Formats: sequence, structure tokens, C-alpha cells
Amino acid sequence: MIVSIASGKGGTGKTTVAVNLALALEGAMPIRFLDCDVEEPNAHLFLHPEIERSEKVSLPVPVVDESKCNGCGKCARVCAFHAILAFSSRTIVLPELCHGCGGCALLCPQGAITESPKVIGEVETGRAGDIRFAHGRTGIGSPLAPPVVKAVREALDKEGLGAGLTIIDAPPGTSCPVVASIKGSDYCVLVTEPTPFGLNDLGLAVGLVRELGIPCGVVINRAGLGDEAVSAYCSREGIPVLLEIPYDRKYAECYAKGGRLVDDFPELRGALKGLWRKISASGESGAEGEDGRREMGEI
Amino acid sequence: MKLAVTAQGTSLSAGLDPRFGRCEHFVIIDVDTEEFEAFSNESVMASGGAGTESAQFLADKGAEAVVTGNVGPNAAMALEAAGIKVYRMSSGTVKDALEAFKSGTLEAISGPTVNSHHGMGGHGRGGR
Repeated sequence: MIVSIASGKGGTGKTTVAVNLALALEGAMPIRFLDCDVEEPNAHLFLHPEIERSEKVSLPVPVVDESKCNGCGKCARVCAFHAILAFSSRTIVLPELCHGCGGCALLCPQGAITESPKVIGEVETGRAGDIRFAHGRTGIGSPLAPPVVKAVREALDKEGLGAGLTIIDAPPGTSCPVVASIKGSDYCVLVTEPTPFGLNDLGLAVGLVRELGIPCGVVINRAGLGDEAVSAYCSREGIPVLLEIPYDRKYAECYAKGGRLVDDFPELRGALKGLWRKISASGESGAEGEDGRREMGEI
Repeated sequence: MKLAVTAQGTSLSAGLDPRFGRCEHFVIIDVDTEEFEAFSNESVMASGGAGTESAQFLADKGAEAVVTGNVGPNAAMALEAAGIKVYRMSSGTVKDALEAFKSGTLEAISGPTVNSHHGMGGHGRGGR
């Protein structure tokens, strides 16, 4: 089963929930942890994985052989990102705009375009205790995250996992890197906080997961901090509130030190195991089980 | 020769639009006859590549120079490759830009004047 942890708003506690869910279940089942927030990976700060392998992620970008180019401009017209431009004097490539689709090379009637790999990031894989771990990082000056996310998603595929659980720590927001991270998940946990910001961005994230057809539930972090609007929204929309983590300074202190909440606070270990039971029960009752999801109620 | 001006409207009396890639319109003027044609800029809402798309558009229309406020790094590179000269002007109308271009008082620039995504109205890149 693949469970992704996402949020609309940043800083709500995605990594806290993802890491501690993994730690709470470690030993009970095979677990792999994928930190797909490749623009700012941070799960390793808590899991301290031993990195066993590091691989570059590259994108095929076009190279134009000017001696063959006749300036027909087909390449420029097919490029959705305007990364290749055909002028009467010459054809130029702007590699940082290129998404590596290969359309220009495919269409060039002169065979003037070849593709050359451009390194845009890296993926590291390893082990944190019994947890198989992978994360990625976009290179400096390489703003294109989705191909790096895809490489993280595939990094541990060769190993197989059988009946285990894959936990994906997604980036914040609702844009392409998030879609690349959560697509194909069996369940998406949306972590939010009970504030107007949290609610607004939760609404955007719910729209995204519904578009992708992924069943979802909400974790309210820093519960007690703001107002009741998030709970009211969830009940109105029929989205289960799977867990509420109280707003408490001691949790923040543990996090700030890079600590593991489930080790320091047994009540949270229990709560995160409870979170998993609700997620897996939702899977069994079927993705369409709107009533089933409501039955899960609050912790 | 053909001169392009980034504009907020479609006539010679329209105000200059200081953005290059995300200007509202391009007014392309034949400097000798003062005949002109206005085009709405299809790149205004592009998530990326607005500057390079605009440079390709001007090159396809045969413009040899452009008067605008600011150009980003990708647009500057594309305009240079296209052989389109860039002149900077911060305010006035399209007509003012034409007169200033003819009188040779405009500052020619050969590199970016702003960073990427400057013209996105404060939204910047999506995502975070």
C-alpha cells in the first residue's frame, strides 16, 4: 500500500506525521520511506538514514547541429515551454526551460537535434533501522522538481516490497511536484492546522486529491491553536479527521532538536498506530466508501 | 525597419507596458511609414517561457528592435540570438517610444534588467 502525506499549506507537519508514522510501524511490517520534497528534503534529519547509493538524475535536453539545421522552426513550434527557439540566423536552446519531452528531436526533419543528458538533481537511497529510505534533491540552479520526484518514486522499485507500506512525504502546495509525488497513492493523508491559512490551503489540497481520485483523510496538527473551522469543513465535506495532534510546546521542542516524537511521547506512538489502522481500514472498505470513511470518526 | 513596442493598448497613444514577456500587447511599427499593427500577447498567462516565446514572436514578425521596460535573463538571451536590439524606456506612449527611437536618444541594453519571473505580478513561481 502506498500512503502519501501531503498538505496545502507548508509547515503544517507533513514530515512529522510521515516520519513518526514510519517509526511507529517499524518492525511491524516492511516499510519504505520516500521523501519526495526534493526542493527541501528534511526527513533524513529525523530518520538519520545510512546512505548506500547516490545517483544523478538527468534530463535529455536538445543539442542543435547548426550545420544540419535549416531553420524550419518545427522544433520551436512544438515546444510547450519555449525552451528551443528558431530564428532566421540560428536555433538556440535554453536548457533550464526544457522539460525533456523529446518532441523537438523527434520532429526535426533534418535530424539536426540530438539529446544530451543534463544533470538536474540526485537521488540517495539507504536504510534507517528497518526502514528502506530514499530521498532526492534538485541541483542548484535546476528548478525542475517533477523528474527528480519521479526518480525518488522509482528508486526502490527494484527491491520489491510485497505486502509492505510505502510512505511518501510530499512537498507542500498543490502544483506539479505534489502531483508527481502523490499520483498513484492508495491513500493521501492531508496534514493541516486549525487556522484560516490551514483551512484555505486544505481546501485546495482536497480539490487536488479528488481530481486524482485518491481517498483522503485529515490530520489536524497543533489542535487547539486556532478555531473549529477545519473540523467543520471536514464534517461538511465528509472527510474523516483521522488524528488530532495537540498544540503543545513539548512536541515543538522535540521536533526542533530533531527528535522522534514516538520515542519521547508514548501517547503519540499509540495515536500514530491508530492513524494507520484507520488508513488501512479505509483501504479494505473500498475507495468509494464515503460512509466507511465517516464511520472512522475521530480518535 | 520594424520596431516593436511593449504596450498596454493597441494604438500609438497607448501607454508603454514596462514588462517584456508579459506585456499586454506588442505594437509593431514600420519606422519609415509609421504604419503599425497591434498584437495581443499570448504569453501573458504562461507559467514559464513567456520571455522566450515573446522573443520568438517578434522574430517571426520581422521586428529588428524592441522598446520595453525590463527584460529577464532568458528573454535577453533569446533577443540577442534573434538579433533584435533592445531599447529601454520606462514611461510614455507608443508614439513617444517611436519618436525617441527615431531621435536616437534611447538607451540600448545588452543583458537582462531583472530576474526571471519578475513580471508575474508578485505571484512568482507556484508550488511553495
